[in-house]
Amino acid sequence: MNAHLHLWLIPLLPFAGFLINGLFGRRLPKPLVTTIALLAPLGALAVVASAFFSVFVNSGSISLAYTETCPFGPWISAGTLHVDFSFVLDQLSLVMLLVVTGVGFLIHIYSVGYMTDDEGYARYFSYLNLFLFFMTVLVLAGNTLVMFIGWEGVGLASYLLIGFWFTKDSAANAGKKAFIVNRVGDFGFLIAMFLLLANFGTLTFSEIAARLAAHPAWAGGVLTWIALCLMLGAAGKSAQLPLYIWLPDAMEGPTPVSALIHAATMVTAGVYLVARMHFLFDRAPIALSVVAIIGAATALFAATMALVQTDIKRVLAYSTISQLGYMFLGCGVAAYSAAIFHLMTHAFFKALLFLAAGSVIHGLGGEQDMRKMGGLRKKLPITFLTMTVGVVAIGGIPPLAGFFSKDAILFAAFQQGTLGKALYFVGLVTAALTAFYMFRLWYLTFTGESRSHDAHPHESPWSMLGPLVILALLSIVGGWVGIERFAAYLAPATGPRPVDAGSSQLEIIFTIVAVVVAALGWFVADLFYRQKPSRPAKLAAAMPGPYNLLVHKYYVDEFYGAVIVKPLLAVSTYVLGWVVDNAILGGLAWLIGGIATFAGALLQRWQSGNLRSYAAWLAAGAAALLLFLFAPSILASHGISTFWKGW
Amino acid sequence: MTDQVPISWYLILSATLFVLGVLGFLIKRNLITVFMSIELMLNGVNLSFVAFAHEWHAVKGQIFVFFVMMVAAAEAAVGLAIIIAIFRARATLAVDRIDLMKL
Repeated sequence: MNAHLHLWLIPLLPFAGFLINGLFGRRLPKPLVTTIALLAPLGALAVVASAFFSVFVNSGSISLAYTETCPFGPWISAGTLHVDFSFVLDQLSLVMLLVVTGVGFLIHIYSVGYMTDDEGYARYFSYLNLFLFFMTVLVLAGNTLVMFIGWEGVGLASYLLIGFWFTKDSAANAGKKAFIVNRVGDFGFLIAMFLLLANFGTLTFSEIAARLAAHPAWAGGVLTWIALCLMLGAAGKSAQLPLYIWLPDAMEGPTPVSALIHAATMVTAGVYLVARMHFLFDRAPIALSVVAIIGAATALFAATMALVQTDIKRVLAYSTISQLGYMFLGCGVAAYSAAIFHLMTHAFFKALLFLAAGSVIHGLGGEQDMRKMGGLRKKLPITFLTMTVGVVAIGGIPPLAGFFSKDAILFAAFQQGTLGKALYFVGLVTAALTAFYMFRLWYLTFTGESRSHDAHPHESPWSMLGPLVILALLSIVGGWVGIERFAAYLAPATGPRPVDAGSSQLEIIFTIVAVVVAALGWFVADLFYRQKPSRPAKLAAAMPGPYNLLVHKYYVDEFYGAVIVKPLLAVSTYVLGWVVDNAILGGLAWLIGGIATFAGALLQRWQSGNLRSYAAWLAAGAAALLLFLFAPSILASHGISTFWKGW
Repeated sequence: MTDQVPISWYLILSATLFVLGVLGFLIKRNLITVFMSIELMLNGVNLSFVAFAHEWHAVKGQIFVFFVMMVAAAEAAVGLAIIIAIFRARATLAVDRIDLMKL
């Protein structure tokens, strides 16, 4: 375990790719840009894989985290504050890194086909590599400050990629929205860091954990506040209530970006943060309950909004929010390994779903409205097959990956007292809704008659289908490792799984219930969208109130607009803009400028350009100087004293 | 020795010559006259140098005068050459008209 693993290579390779493609990409030939862009994540993946095998094969399970610190001395050293630029590799970050670099590499390949005709090809890949750089820094971070760099960096990459087609107003606005909403969460993260510094005097994960372990009685109090602030940060990044509003709009970015950043990796950073700081959350039961409630509420809330969306990517966006809610529910019931398990399987099948949706959109020449799709099964056979795998996986039907991880979370929730049981039922309802809206998407897109204006949809190139097939395989087998083995592997990093040993019978019952619920969702979707496609419209007409509420996404955007954005804009315009900016600052600037102008107008007469006037001033100046020097002594000889002293 | 001219007379003459030089420099328009005014200033200073040297029996002042004369001679050679060049180029020696570096 003391072998040098060269962790620094993992972020640095994508960073090099970003620099090369970002600075010279426009002048390089396209194949070279592609090579560089693909080599960067591939190299990172190779380093991660070699670390994985050396650690996994040599010792099976590592109990101590492997730390790598920047060899150029401490990063920040001020008074009692010492922060190293250090990376940590343990089971948790290893799993996360495998997901990030693995899925990231597949999506890079997919992007080659998807973005091939785009003018900003090199710019796109440089951003994508930049994202991988920051994401790996976030995952590898050994303390919260390094993590914060990655945290902010992925936010930046997300902003750049959402607004990738920046000439489109909606894309530019969506990028801004994502960035600004995330600031609210980052505020929580910062406060948590300050509180950590004030109470622990360190930001390093291992030191905080050691300090907590040394004081077993310490619980609640300030720890709750730290945990809640961290949760606020996590809610911002991972699009949880009440900060989820940026994620649906983030679908303005290119589809591979939605798959990589806004489904598989970046948005799971919040879950990762909670799992990373689990030793602190374990001591803050109130905060943990808040996490669980927020997670379950978000899961249900987002799932209901996904029911009526007509944009294929927006359905997936709300589904992502909903699944992230599951992960937080898992964290909230202290089943961190189950949450990370779901994070991993979700990364597989949600990336697959987004990429398949991208393939559909690509095939239809940019059409995203599901009402204008239909009957694509024959036209896009491979996309259809892989998408089916994704839909079944997220629907929670065994033996695909989504079933195992979702089941693990729900099972863990049920064992956590009354609150846990209530949240379990919320999760169950969400599971039914999930199956419904995913099969709705599937039916609307692939079955029935074609409603497309484009008569010739075409299957995507193999650079896009290849990643789809690989991800489909992963979505099938990803859950087979089983929660027991996965939790045992993660145990050194996230603590043991809080499950009673003798509950295997109960677990079987739960499995059956979960499958029945998922099948129910499928069945209803089948009733609505295959057997009688006229039914949804009738139902909507019969219940206009709830339907409109859902279509308008509970008016949350409007509510935030009226309560937060409008007052802020008014204050900015009138108080800050008119009073402070125009009156006070403008007046001051005007005054200073006026003085300078006036002085200049006076002094400019002096500089006439007439040589002889200069000479005259020179002579006058010399005379004045002589007077200044000699006048006192001359006057003194006449009995007059001056206030200055001459020679 | 008793009938010596007092040093103040020399100094007054020296100052008068210097001021005349300054005035000529400021007032006259002809470049050659301006040039001669500069020479006048130099020689006004020279006079005070020799006067002091004589008064205090110090030979340094006289050496300074030689230096000044030498510089003045060199300056006259260069300056007159420039004046001739300017006159050839512009057909005028009025300082007010020579206010541009290039033609």
